[in-house]
Amino acid sequence: MNTNAILSVRNLKTRFTMDEGTTKAVDGVSFDVAPGQVVGIVGESGCGKSVTIKSILRIVQKPGEVVGGEILFRPQRHGENGTDFVDLAKLDGRGKEMRTIRGNDIALIPQEPMAALSPVHTIGNQLVEAVQLHRKINKRQAEEIAIERMKEVGVPSPEERMSAYSWELSGGLRQRVMIAMALLCSPRLLIADEPTTAIDVTTQAQVLNLLRGLQKNHDMAIIFITHDLGVIAQVADDVVVMYLGRVMETGPVDDIFHNPLHPYTKALLGSIPSIHTTSREPLPTIEGSIPHPFNRPAGCPFFPRCAAYMPGKCDRQTPKLERIGEHQSVSCFLHHEVAEEI
Amino acid sequence: MLVYIVKRLLLLPLLLLVFSVIAFILIQAPPGDFVTSYVAELAASGSSMDRLQIDALRELYGLDRPGYVQYFKWLSRILQGDLGISLDFQKPISELIGQRLLLTVILGLSTFLFTFAVALPIGTISATRQYSFFDYFFTVFNYVGVATPTFMTALILMWLAFSKLGITITGLFSPEYADAAWSFGRVVDLGKHVWLPMVILGLDGTARLARILRANLLDELNKPYMEMARAKGMPEWRLIIKYPVRLAINPLVSSLGWYLPLIFSGSLIVATVLNLPTIGPLLLRSLISQDMFLAGSIVLSYFGLAVIGTLLSDVLLAWLDPRIRMEES
Repeated sequence: MNTNAILSVRNLKTRFTMDEGTTKAVDGVSFDVAPGQVVGIVGESGCGKSVTIKSILRIVQKPGEVVGGEILFRPQRHGENGTDFVDLAKLDGRGKEMRTIRGNDIALIPQEPMAALSPVHTIGNQLVEAVQLHRKINKRQAEEIAIERMKEVGVPSPEERMSAYSWELSGGLRQRVMIAMALLCSPRLLIADEPTTAIDVTTQAQVLNLLRGLQKNHDMAIIFITHDLGVIAQVADDVVVMYLGRVMETGPVDDIFHNPLHPYTKALLGSIPSIHTTSREPLPTIEGSIPHPFNRPAGCPFFPRCAAYMPGKCDRQTPKLERIGEHQSVSCFLHHEVAEEI
Repeated sequence: MLVYIVKRLLLLPLLLLVFSVIAFILIQAPPGDFVTSYVAELAASGSSMDRLQIDALRELYGLDRPGYVQYFKWLSRILQGDLGISLDFQKPISELIGQRLLLTVILGLSTFLFTFAVALPIGTISATRQYSFFDYFFTVFNYVGVATPTFMTALILMWLAFSKLGITITGLFSPEYADAAWSFGRVVDLGKHVWLPMVILGLDGTARLARILRANLLDELNKPYMEMARAKGMPEWRLIIKYPVRLAINPLVSSLGWYLPLIFSGSLIVATVLNLPTIGPLLLRSLISQDMFLAGSIVLSYFGLAVIGTLLSDVLLAWLDPRIRMEES
């Protein structure tokens, strides 16, 4: 474990228990986030990336439940001696301790700003509330902070926006308001859940630049979730590649893009259209589709779709996430022999 | 917001004018008139009237004139604030219904407040604790509440109160206050009596509203704004009340438009069973005796209450939901 990290997720397991069966939405995920670092989590829909961050925030709702692992987080800026970690996995998700961390030390930028804002409360109301939950200040002071933050994220005439409703703003503006909301209490860790999927490409680029700038100015760490590898290449320092609730590969963004080790990472990168490929040639895709969560394959979750599948090995044992080389880790028997203990 | 309310208020007299025509047609609809039923009543009690007397009576009340003449005479008197005289009671109608109208409104509004005060927590807890014992209990309770006719509830409670506790629970006042002038003691006495009819009348509405709220709330509870509010670090109950309950109430408030008038007019049978001094029983009696001016005035005041109820719900909804406010202005 990185002793410098502000967040260290160790072997996190989150399950959804339903009448039809149990879904292991997150099945032993591990990664670290260093201060000021941008970690991109990438994977197809249903790979467990959203559940992972909800587990970190401890807002997974029933029938979902964090059943194992550690979520070590260092809330204070001071005394960074590596001993003052809080294990979020052990806290009560609705309890006071978790609530003082949530929104204060760890903030969320949601996927759909329109749906994440209440249509019957003003923007100002929702911003002021977010400040007052964590700071003992009056409404006037909270409003000042809210306006200040909106200015910072480039919301034009923020004073007027305070009395506006979410449906009166454009999509890009709404996302900026959400970013302002996340910054209100100067969090140490910002979690952005596909913040650019609901907005058009030009606005996307602006939002990404904005996040990058804010990250530097506020010295925040960011966990950035996306299914778009292009976005990852633009913003991330480190990449976590997920598939069916497990981490396939993780490492610095350059290593992952230039020297992918896992067949799944290779396949993902291979399916990005490039301006250099000749036109009219079919884009490579990953064979097959993601298995239904109730029918997870035994062994490595990716083996049914894997080009380098080794019969008798990959379908029997699950490879552990092991460090290969200096920075990269991979869970694949092509690169090491270490299997998960059952 | 103010423009919106003024617009609605300006529409009010026009609506009432239209309703006055409908009210008049409704009252004229049954065959015969007051004199016919009066003669029949006399005949039933053994006495009789001769032809001349009957015609004189008809002429006195203008019953021999064409319908539209009767209507305009009636309307012009109403516009001057004179509701006319009850043929049956031989008393000015305003005197007859004035206090009853006030009591009807008091009973209606307390029923309405009771309904909301009870339905809101039941609906909210049922939705947030879906499939819990509480939820199942109130699901059954609500079905019983919707399915049981209110007058039946009234009868059962009256019987229970009388046979087990030995008290009569009819009326809105103790005997000593029934015909007394308004005083502090009378208001207190009304407070002591109003709760039972309020509960009986409100049960049905409470059950309905709680069901609607539960369903609305279940839709709202999985919305992304819930997740966002949690991510901000809001305590669970506070966020449930601030966001989803607030949004789930909107359709409920728009249902007030029909619910409030329903409480005012729908209490007729219960009011008769419980012998309440509201306008319901009076309407029943005036219809039986074909006391057309009295019936007309009562029907018209029902219309008035319905219009006011709708107006109230519209204003409340506009106040609650900015989207409606913006649309209107």
